[in-house]
Amino acid sequence: MCLGVPGKILEMWDDPTGMTMGRVSFGGIVKEVCLATTPEAEVGQYVVVHVGFAISTIDEEEAERVFGYLEEMGELAELEIAEEGEAASA
Amino acid sequence: MKYVDEYRDEASARRYLDALGRITTRPWYIMEICGGQTHTVVKAGIDRLIPENVQLVHGPGCPVCVTSLELIDKALAIARRPEVIFTSFGDMIRVPGSGADLLSVKAEGGDVRIVYSPLDAVKIAAANPDRQVVFFAVGFETTAPANAMSVVRARDLGLKNYSILSSQVLVPPAMEAILGAPGNLVQGFLAAGHVCAVMGYWEYGPIAEKYRIPVVVTGFEPLDLLQGITMAVAALEEGRHGVENQYSRAVTYEGNTRAQALIQQVFEVGDRKWRGIGEIPMSGLSLREEFAAFDAERRFQVEAITAEESAECIAGDILRGLKKPHECPAFGTRCTPDRPLGAPMVSAEGACAAYYQYGRTV
Ligand code: SF4
Repeated sequence: MCLGVPGKILEMWDDPTGMTMGRVSFGGIVKEVCLATTPEAEVGQYVVVHVGFAISTIDEEEAERVFGYLEEMGELAELEIAEEGEAASA
Repeated sequence: MKYVDEYRDEASARRYLDALGRITTRPWYIMEICGGQTHTVVKAGIDRLIPENVQLVHGPGCPVCVTSLELIDKALAIARRPEVIFTSFGDMIRVPGSGADLLSVKAEGGDVRIVYSPLDAVKIAAANPDRQVVFFAVGFETTAPANAMSVVRARDLGLKNYSILSSQVLVPPAMEAILGAPGNLVQGFLAAGHVCAVMGYWEYGPIAEKYRIPVVVTGFEPLDLLQGITMAVAALEEGRHGVENQYSRAVTYEGNTRAQALIQQVFEVGDRKWRGIGEIPMSGLSLREEFAAFDAERRFQVEAITAEESAECIAGDILRGLKKPHECPAFGTRCTPDRPLGAPMVSAEGACAAYYQYGRTV
């Protein structure tokens, strides 16, 4: 129940009470979703949807970070070794 | 599916497992709070692939599992009323109360309906003005904005026949209850990514500081979990504490401020009973006085119902991470997903159900 699922916004509109709604595709399955608290969302963007409600938009740049983290970590480790080396020789 | 499949990539997973193996020198206990994460961990076998020294402890983050017996009995009493259409997420339907579950109430003629969203329950209310429509509003902070929105919408539409039975619970007080309990093993947390998508992670700084532990906001795909575990172990090995964000594609420090305002508008924080754990101070959300007309407990006068939990189910120890499901004597014998004794065997996010489904008996 508690799962949020990323989906792509296909269409957006305001319903009669002024609430922003949208049609969102989850790998082909399309559902109507409330977009009231993600005002930055646009058609074509991805949102995380939980029980018919968008809770956040997906940041495309940040989405890559999981693939670069180990390199970041590796670089830091090397920097630390370098620092220790410098400290030892100083 | 975009933003899903790429986070299941095996080669990347291998690299994380190698890195974890290299940095782990001592035993560590890390709790993943969210049941959705527990499900991924057990399904992908992550707990078996990571170094033996790193123990994943499964937390209380399954709303179905922690909804108190009392509240289930209240739900059953309301659902039995002839004028009521009782709506709920699918996984609440089979959670045993003291005597029955919602499914058996339905079999006896109660009008119990499964909905995907609380907003669907509001639609049902609008379409059935001569019936009372009640939504069983369970969930963590993730679900709270949708539940709050359903109440605001019902008000804006002028509906007099919609109400919710609130079992909203909050994660940070539960973390403190776990960390402060005698016998606590947990040394670091993977915080639930979708709770943080709504709430941000500013709430966790003081907890990380007070208990001097790392807290890593983590997503739900296998690679997210592997990165979250790696970040937590790296912090533990280096003696660092504080909050880090693995799930930055969906979570910011502030979180979704509009959703937070919506929750604030409709709900207020109060004490709440957790199934198997007991009362945790300031850990639940109830409707504000202003929205009292939408409170099913008051509308149907079920406040007085109380209940005793089954003695055999050790869900309390499981939800606090003190025991694993297969250590329960009833696991897989007297308690199975078809005949659950306790709530963690019902929901796919429950630790007992995940262990049963993926054949974990040792
Ligand atoms: S296996 Fe069943 S009885 Fe045992 S703790 Fe889990 S839900 Fe309770």
